[in-house]
Amino acid sequence: MGSETTGAPVERTAAQGGRPSPGRGFSLTWLGVVPFFVFATLFLIAPTGLLVVGAFQTADGSFTLANLAGLLHPSIVAAYVISLEISAASALGGAVIGFFLARAIVSGGLPGWVRPTVTTFSGVASNFAGVPLAFAFLATLGRTGLVTWALMEWFGFNLYATGFKLLSFLGLTLTYLYFQIPLMVLILTPALEGLKKEWGEAASILGASSLQYWRMVALPVLWPSLLGATLLLFANAFGAVATAYALTGSSLNIVTILLYAQIRGDVLHDQNLGYALALGMIVITGGANVGYIWLRGRAERWVK
Amino acid sequence: MKRSTLGSWISVAIGAVYFLLPLIATFEFSLRLKRGVYSFEAYRIVLTDPSFQASFLYSVVLALATIVVGAVIVVPTAYWVRLKLPKMRPVVEFVTLLPLVVPAIVIVFGHLRMYNSQSILPLTDSSFGTDLLLTFGYVTLSLPYMYRSVDTALAAIDVATLTEAAESLGASRTATLTRVIFPNIRAGLLSGAFLTFAIVIGEFTFASLLNRPAFGPYLQLVGANRAYEPAALAIIAFVVTWASLGLIQVFGAARKGSK
Repeated sequence: MGSETTGAPVERTAAQGGRPSPGRGFSLTWLGVVPFFVFATLFLIAPTGLLVVGAFQTADGSFTLANLAGLLHPSIVAAYVISLEISAASALGGAVIGFFLARAIVSGGLPGWVRPTVTTFSGVASNFAGVPLAFAFLATLGRTGLVTWALMEWFGFNLYATGFKLLSFLGLTLTYLYFQIPLMVLILTPALEGLKKEWGEAASILGASSLQYWRMVALPVLWPSLLGATLLLFANAFGAVATAYALTGSSLNIVTILLYAQIRGDVLHDQNLGYALALGMIVITGGANVGYIWLRGRAERWVK
Repeated sequence: MKRSTLGSWISVAIGAVYFLLPLIATFEFSLRLKRGVYSFEAYRIVLTDPSFQASFLYSVVLALATIVVGAVIVVPTAYWVRLKLPKMRPVVEFVTLLPLVVPAIVIVFGHLRMYNSQSILPLTDSSFGTDLLLTFGYVTLSLPYMYRSVDTALAAIDVATLTEAAESLGASRTATLTRVIFPNIRAGLLSGAFLTFAIVIGEFTFASLLNRPAFGPYLQLVGANRAYEPAALAIIAFVVTWASLGLIQVFGAARKGSK
């Protein structure tokens, strides 16, 4: 990739100075990061930028806002809404359950083996997404799944008589939680470790209950981390494609599936409307991430 | 104190049930292919399926290519930024985090627009070109993990001193990088590599939209047409993920032990 020669053009500068010095030839130092930025531009920034530009163009290339207006079509709005709902629900659920799990392993007074077991498992489960995850949940909560069968056999409860479907708001949220909870545990564990033991001790010496400690000391310090991690989980769920796609059967019109179908076969009959669809997704996940970065900055102020 | 320990146990128990139940259910389901008895028939069918072998091999090769290209791009960059351009660090870090901001499906959509047959650089015209594009796409997906692993490893060693020592012994820049820096950050590099492997091996969106015969689209195809084999494949995928990430722990522990 040409990266082997990264250092070559700057060899002379480096040999002279050793450490960065504002001497002559210093201006060549930046050449070392050129391969990285060329790669990032070609395969990350420019392709994304092209879509953003395309969202404001007609098929023959002139400027228009019609594509953005096209996003207001009821079926597209509905796709965004269901995607937002699933992402929000799985992010909030993942955050709450993940928080309790992370708290339990960091400061819950459990035996030593619990924590490494939970963290290792979280590392695996947060990466166990996509198509295989869909298969796992079909075997669990599908029509012939083990849990569906057990509910019927042991409690006489017919899950599918309630109108439950895996490819629905509830089903997909439950499925996404499988990687959302462990992700939350992984992100939140370091933040919980940042809570100083002395704060808890001081609070309890002053007569605070455990609930008061969390409400008045720990949570005010933790909330940027908590909320930031929730936003990251949200973006994570919002961009997911494979799990929903593999849960065939009925069709649930989430926005990633709509975009997938558009890329495959131009279902919107308008290429540029597809670009607008992508732009909408970038704006939403980008917004969530900007929130995360801002909140992380706030969180670090306290933890350090 | 007693009460809080009980609460912790309840949290861990709920977590354990949520995570183990689907695995147990999937495993049980994968054994049900033969009527009335549990058997490993589904695994036998899957493992002897030529398209399983071909697609798995394809994805393994692709994952290895991704790791090599990713390392060649990330290691010199992270090293150079730490050594000479600390002010660039936030910018480089921001770019490496972009794949977490821009969904994968949007990135591949952009690739299809930029490198299609009517473009200046029509990579999608040949299957080798498409493989190349797919590899580069996977490198972008792995950037956040690769960069973070490598940068953390670089933070743990004294880059400036090691470089000066190598240079005063007459090493060229390339020799410093390959023979001094690379061996010293091996554990970090390996953890980035295994994480990349775990991500690439079953990836669906990129491979499917670029029409390449990778493991992810194969999984989806089996899922759409078979009943019990998908469960067996899910268990296999879980074991592969577990193995990739388990190896990170092994190498991480080995590094701590040697220090």
